[in-house]
Amino acid sequence: MTKETASTREMTGAEMVIQALADQGVKHLFGYPGGAVLPIYDALFAQKEVRHILVRHEQGAVHAAEGYARSTGKVGCVLVTSGPGATNAVTGLTDALCDSIPLVCITGQVPTHLIGNDAFQECDTVGITRPCTKHNYLVKRVEDLPRILHEAFHIAASGRPGPVVIDIPKDVQFATGTYSVPKEFPHTGYHPKVKGDSAAIKAAVELMARAKKPIFYTGGGVINSGKHASQLLRELVKTTGFPITSTLMGLGAFPAADPQWMGMLGMHGTLEANMAMHDCDVMVCVGARFDDRITGRIDAFSPGSKKIHIDIDPSSINKNIHVDIPIVGDCAHVLEDMLHMWKAEKKQADKKALGDWWKQIDKWRARKSLAYRPSNEVIKPQYAIQRLFELTKDRDTYITTEVGQHQMWAAQFYHFNEPNRWMTSGGLGTMGYGLPASVGVQLAHPKSLVIDIAGEASVQMTMQELSTAVQYRLPIKIFILNNSYMGMVRQWQELLHGSRYSESYSEALPDFVKLAEAMHAVGIRCEKPGDLDHAIKEMIDIDRPVLFDCVVDQKENCFPMIPSGKAHNEMILGDSGVSLDDAITEEGKMLV
Amino acid sequence: MNANANIPSSTSHYPTATNVQKPETHTLSVLVDNEPGVLARVIGLFSGRGYNIESLTVSETEHAKHQSLITVVTTGTPMVIEQIKNQLDRLVPVHRVVDMTLSGRSIERELAMVKVRGKGDERVEALRLADAFRARVIDATTESFIFEITGKSEKIEQFVALMLPLGLVEVSRTGIVAIARGPDTM
Ligand SMILES: Cc1cc2nc3c(=O)[nH]c(=O)nc-3n(C[C@H](O)[C@H](O)[C@H](O)COP(=O)(O)OP(=O)(O)OC[C@H]3O[C@@H](n4cnc5c(N)ncnc54)[C@H](O)[C@@H]3O)c2cc1C
Ligand SMILES: Cc1ncc(C[n+]2csc(CCOP(=O)(O)OP(=O)(O)O)c2C)c(N)n1
Ligand SMILES: [Mg+2]
Repeated sequence: MTKETASTREMTGAEMVIQALADQGVKHLFGYPGGAVLPIYDALFAQKEVRHILVRHEQGAVHAAEGYARSTGKVGCVLVTSGPGATNAVTGLTDALCDSIPLVCITGQVPTHLIGNDAFQECDTVGITRPCTKHNYLVKRVEDLPRILHEAFHIAASGRPGPVVIDIPKDVQFATGTYSVPKEFPHTGYHPKVKGDSAAIKAAVELMARAKKPIFYTGGGVINSGKHASQLLRELVKTTGFPITSTLMGLGAFPAADPQWMGMLGMHGTLEANMAMHDCDVMVCVGARFDDRITGRIDAFSPGSKKIHIDIDPSSINKNIHVDIPIVGDCAHVLEDMLHMWKAEKKQADKKALGDWWKQIDKWRARKSLAYRPSNEVIKPQYAIQRLFELTKDRDTYITTEVGQHQMWAAQFYHFNEPNRWMTSGGLGTMGYGLPASVGVQLAHPKSLVIDIAGEASVQMTMQELSTAVQYRLPIKIFILNNSYMGMVRQWQELLHGSRYSESYSEALPDFVKLAEAMHAVGIRCEKPGDLDHAIKEMIDIDRPVLFDCVVDQKENCFPMIPSGKAHNEMILGDSGVSLDDAITEEGKMLV
Repeated sequence: MNANANIPSSTSHYPTATNVQKPETHTLSVLVDNEPGVLARVIGLFSGRGYNIESLTVSETEHAKHQSLITVVTTGTPMVIEQIKNQLDRLVPVHRVVDMTLSGRSIERELAMVKVRGKGDERVEALRLADAFRARVIDATTESFIFEITGKSEKIEQFVALMLPLGLVEVSRTGIVAIARGPDTM
């Protein structure tokens, strides 16, 4: 990964930081200055290789780096100061850990002799970030800095990716030492396994060839593994003829336009995907982690199936669900071997059984679980996403989201045919992720159309990053599905708390059009279904940041939904007429 | 739509609620780089994920390589024990995790120092029992002894229990260390 520098050179710790970033091929660094990182900012000032992007809040810096990383497959980079700079970054770091996003975050620290003295803007950064990073470092000697900087990139990007923090005291930034790019890393205990065990792969292929009701259940690990993994997945799915579903995090790895695609699974997944998961006899899980949004009730999860699980992280295997054939390895490597073995041994799927299975799936499909009641008076949020999709699908488009109903509707109604096009906060579910993430995506893809599908509540959490977009002329589009509610909260209150909408109404909303204008962006409001297409086209054509206030139905709920504590085949559909109050058990109400 | 009403809808989302496995006690040997914060990483993992620590010992064992051996005794269902090992293995400074209980060929020992205060018959009895347990006297005054005893935890438990009525006032224990029998190393 690392490219050789011409020679070893004397330089300050601060200069080493920038040099190492440059050597790692980093083009953009998201950050915010402060006393404890001033030497690094000084080193930034003197060079042109690494471009610094000044955010408005450190959380925004981390989310921007996440968007950058997820849309490119590269490591995202962040620079923040000590104390509040570091603590503000914690939400973003945790988000990146949950969603396996590779980041390197450099934090300033008070000088080594002041550490532990409750010095000004001191906090125990390595202590605070230990549980929310893949690894972290406190650098006490400048001699260790070059190795640590490069090792951090290696750890962030390899194996199961994640965020790495490097805490650098100010005196270490000022100190002079010898810089060189290390050839190897002494952490002999860190060797992620990428190649899958061939006996296990063989057993998996045997099982798949005998399957009568097979399914591919794929996830974010395929995206992490890179574009080649998506390619191989497509080939394997085509070759076997099996149906495929994916988690929220894996959308785009397999094209949504393909007839073998069943849509997303899980709590808000399609009926066909969830029923097929429940009834299948062989489940091939590729880079997904049996999250509770997927499994629902553990003891009722796909009770009759044999399970194959491909994952690079052994701790993901047998964590929630016992699997029959675990394969530890990188998706691309394992899929390649599987495909090879399938072909070499001239395996054939059971055509007759598979045909019957598809007939059953088509019956579930015919139920049209994503259907909603259209309206000519108010904009239905689903309709808004459908129109947004239709009007942008032929462009080079990237989508980010905030968290809530709008996020789920985006996952259901915006269709992805390529990996790395969909950036969302899945594991942590961080409201405020989408806007700064879109800043990072737009920087990485300056010519592309980048849209943050937002909620009016979420967007207010990191609204200030619109200024960042304006400053760097990033024409991001923030498409707010404004239902005047924290809709997802309101839906749960309707479901679990007798429609007592405690504190979930978005009171005192700003005038988003004026707000946009005050921030030197463009504001558009749309309130009628008939005006929507025109307004969306207008938004697309504006080569500046746009805040689009799409006023939608306030009471719409997101369906299908598997209520907490229920099994896959106990889902509620939108037009089912089942009252939500009856649909959930007492124990289900305890769950989140 | 309730497509399948046969399945009772009682239990929760969370894996523990449906876990019927019995908890077991396992001794894990964890070889780590002896770098700052490594113990905090291990302990933080246990507390953060709600695992138990029944005993923990740590010391640098390979000075030249700056490696420490952490021996941790923990309880959990087989699935949780498996998780603990995998989670430990994921920590960057961790080289190896060996389940000494699974390997079935390990020797486990603990050392305790036991302070007993007393006079007369009780003092004589304490000394006699100490002898029977092969505990050594490592400090003595006219009114106290300190015994050093090594062995399996059960032996120490037993010794401590016997000393209790004889004037036991303080116990200091190392926690368990373990090593595999035979010529092979971890
Ligand atoms: C409001 C809300 C509602 C949600 N509802 C749903 C829902 O209905 N459906 C849904 O699917 N999700 C939903 N989610 C998201 C959910 O919480 C999880 O984030 C998501 O399901 C996890 O996706 P994943 O299993 O693909 O795992 P990820 O978090 O993407 O993890 C990837 C897995 O792949 C492994 N991996 C990483 N790299 C590699 C590699 N190179 N090779 C092999 N393996 C690798 C990792 O070890 C890990 O086990 C929702 C989130 C929110 C906020
Ligand atoms: C930082 C943070 N705080 C609280 C929550 C809990 N939460 C989940 S969705 C949601 C409401 C989101 O409202 P909005 O952005 O308007 O989206 P909608 O559901 O209306 O589409 C809340 C409060 C969260 N996910 N993140
Ligand atoms: Mg809302």
